Amino acid sequence: MIAEDNCVRTICPYCGIGCNLELHLKDDYIYKVTSPFDNPINHGNLCVKGRFGYDFIYHKQRVTTPLVRCTPQEAGARTQAFDLSEWRPVSWDEALDLVADRLVEIYRRDGAQALAVYVCAKATNEDNYVLQKLYRSLFRTNNVDHCTRLCHAGSVNALQQAIGSSAMSNTAAELINPDKNRRPDVFIVTGSNTTENHPIIAQMMIAAVKKYGAKLIVVDPRRLELVDYAQLWLPLKPGSNVPVFSGMAKVIIEEGLVNQEFVAQRTEGLEEFARSLDKFTPEYIEQVSGVKPEQIREAARLFARAERGAIYWGMGISQLAHGTASALALIHLAFLTGHIGREGTGLNPLRGQNNVQGSSDMGGMPFHYPGYQRVDNPENAARWEKAWNIEPGGLNRQLGLTTTEILSHAHPGGVRALFMMGEDPMMSEPNLNQTRRHMQQLEFLVSQDLFINQSGAYADVILPAVSFAEKDGTFTNTERRVQRVRKAIEPRGQARPDWQIICDLACRIEARLGRPGSAGWDYSHPSEILAEVGRNVPDYTGVTYERIEKIGLQTPVWDENHTGTPFLFAESFPRGRGKFYPLDFVLAVEQPDDEYPFILTTGRVLEHWHGGTMTRRSQLDALYPEALLQIHPLDAEMLGIADGAPVCVASRRGEITLRAQVTEKSSVGLVFIPFHFAEAAANLLTIDTLDPQALIPEFKACAVKLSQARPDQLANPEVRLERGRY
Amino acid sequence: MLDEISLTIDNQVVSVSSGMTILQAAQAAGIYIPSICYHPACKSNGLCRTCVVEVEGWRLLAAACVTQVGPGMVVHTQSERVLRSRRTILELLHSAVDLSEAPEIQQMLKDCAANLERFPGAERREIPLIDDNPMYVRDYAKCILCWRCVQVCAEDAQFAYAINFAGRGFSTHIATFFDRSMPATTCVFCGQCVGVCPTNALKPRREWLLEKGLIPEASPADKE
Repeated sequence: MIAEDNCVRTICPYCGIGCNLELHLKDDYIYKVTSPFDNPINHGNLCVKGRFGYDFIYHKQRVTTPLVRCTPQEAGARTQAFDLSEWRPVSWDEALDLVADRLVEIYRRDGAQALAVYVCAKATNEDNYVLQKLYRSLFRTNNVDHCTRLCHAGSVNALQQAIGSSAMSNTAAELINPDKNRRPDVFIVTGSNTTENHPIIAQMMIAAVKKYGAKLIVVDPRRLELVDYAQLWLPLKPGSNVPVFSGMAKVIIEEGLVNQEFVAQRTEGLEEFARSLDKFTPEYIEQVSGVKPEQIREAARLFARAERGAIYWGMGISQLAHGTASALALIHLAFLTGHIGREGTGLNPLRGQNNVQGSSDMGGMPFHYPGYQRVDNPENAARWEKAWNIEPGGLNRQLGLTTTEILSHAHPGGVRALFMMGEDPMMSEPNLNQTRRHMQQLEFLVSQDLFINQSGAYADVILPAVSFAEKDGTFTNTERRVQRVRKAIEPRGQARPDWQIICDLACRIEARLGRPGSAGWDYSHPSEILAEVGRNVPDYTGVTYERIEKIGLQTPVWDENHTGTPFLFAESFPRGRGKFYPLDFVLAVEQPDDEYPFILTTGRVLEHWHGGTMTRRSQLDALYPEALLQIHPLDAEMLGIADGAPVCVASRRGEITLRAQVTEKSSVGLVFIPFHFAEAAANLLTIDTLDPQALIPEFKACAVKLSQARPDQLANPEVRLERGRY
Repeated sequence: MLDEISLTIDNQVVSVSSGMTILQAAQAAGIYIPSICYHPACKSNGLCRTCVVEVEGWRLLAAACVTQVGPGMVVHTQSERVLRSRRTILELLHSAVDLSEAPEIQQMLKDCAANLERFPGAERREIPLIDDNPMYVRDYAKCILCWRCVQVCAEDAQFAYAINFAGRGFSTHIATFFDRSMPATTCVFCGQCVGVCPTNALKPRREWLLEKGLIPEASPADKE
């Protein structure tokens, strides 16, 4: 039995729930992870990633010294290098001087628009704040974005338009509040495979049904595990959210179930919106979505008649070419019924990454400074010019490029240099063959990461960063709770905390640019960075390291005495009245046809995380070792594909080979592939059409064809693990 | 709100709300009652009987973790009858189960001056360790059948229902359905069971490897 030296309390680095962890240490080595039972977020429970998925920290492929490519890379002919023999270990001074030299050279030659940065939803608030500060204050560019663009940009955009705020409105643990007047009695889960992607919130959802008798409505193309607990399952076709939810809105209005008082006092635009619903007849909805009119009616009545109705949603709403419209259609339901602004209700987009809320709050987006202050508003720019000691008019007032646009602008005259902190666009962007061509066009590429991932392999320089267990900082979870991340072990090799690398680099860039004053980079501890945030972002003013020592605070926290905000919009919406928007429906861009007869939808599985940089280098990979294509038994039979058989999947953009998993979890005509696996990358198939407003790609629907393949076409034909979980 | 009631525990008058158990009331009053199967995150089942107390006027000893307080109740947690009973339970456990990695139970054995040789020649639960998945090992020779793992796998947390009791009498043990290997069950490897195991019968596999002096295995060779 191991005699523990120490136990460090911190926050899980995987999803947005923000589960509290205890890292158990022996000789500076993490040998076990548990969770404190006394925390109000996950109550001692964890999922497989949180409890067992930390060992990537010790993986032999960790980059532990700065690396420079042996063969100089040229724009247009950039190649991938995964093997360490293709890299030269260098000192921090050499690496950072090289990065500073090249970035400044390109900035001087081509100007601010030639530089771009991906900040990181896995890194801390402090890391993200200083990196966007570097690019904005030194390079005067707003080409700052991150993977939030690829997950909830549609939701963020819709919430900003309709409400004026973009975050989960309520607290997840309301689902299981012992007081029946403070928890939902009906809730909708849509576009979210919650049991796999937010497992601890799914536990609460199931408990809400099983222990407290709440009624669950699942609206999803797949027969997800939550359907076992649902009162109603509306199996819509991918991309038909708008007609289904608008159909529900129409029923609510026609049957007199509208919360008239709420609509009159808190919203605007209902009449025009109501008129726009004429086109959503039951016949039309059934034709485009496959959902039967009586199911729409039943769902509408159940939700509208609830005492407290809550809506939880995931990427199935936002990752569409009409992601903004899909989210607006949901927001309308909350407006019509008044299920917002009270405990047990709410509009709750389940954020994916551990700190995607925080990195967005910290200004990791091309349209906003920290605190969602628009960059094209001169008052905001003036505020940050003062905060960062910049001459008046110095900051760029132009909106920057988004994540996907940054790469599509990678050509002479466009973006020439990209700095990636922890991101892996070569796994997470749609239509990867196209992404690859863009990556190859870059003149200079830096990856700050733990590993050489699919994108880092294209880089000129790799800066070794540390994992969550090797640094101090804060993460902001999906329910806006700012929580303390603590250093438990010493950094591996020469790796350094991201914020230290960035500040060191910033000083070198500042010296080369010869600007008169300094924007300020001499922080001795991340708490000083958060204090700087608090001085300029009202939502974070009351958040200090001392106050979140034990339990995090939920933003907004207006001052040092304010106790945080468990649920939003009790009195009003940030934009004043909530606004209804008449919606048009457009089909997913690619519809199945004779040549490509199936719809592909992509997503994640319980055991893995996004591009797999962490989980594919963990014992988690032994539990889910290969990509699987989920296909309905009827389709599999028609194509002669047995469970476990190799299948070739092709779209108009690429093809991959992987094993079939024959399961009723998928619907007829639909197949599902997780996007974690580089050797069978789902995003080679996906389409790079963007939502015109949110600029989020349509990951959730494209057309594919399937054919039988040979076992030797699989990346690892010998790997196979029998699993019994649904 | 539930009514406030008064009762006496070990000659101390305690005021608590009426829905509480004797164990909770004692905790609130700073009185320690040893317990094994009880866990604040689990529904109490009164299985291990370590927490038994004597209630005046009651024929049988009561398990404090499941017995609700009542007005005027007079409870003794250290009476001769309680101590003898508790000692016997712990001695029986010790005679059959490997408690070497259960420091809390070892402390209880010490506290009640248990006779560790009281049941010489008792049949021991000697079950081979099961190493059938990448995440945790199951060493049921250390299992005292507290049921916490079964409960958190079911309604107390995960709703996965991968494990349950199997067998009868002395052969009772925790098992998967049809003794399937853990990956082939509905297990989602959340490890809630590992988190509540009081005896280290369930242990993270990496911790187990580290104890054996094996450098934790690197994950399967990266495919890049």
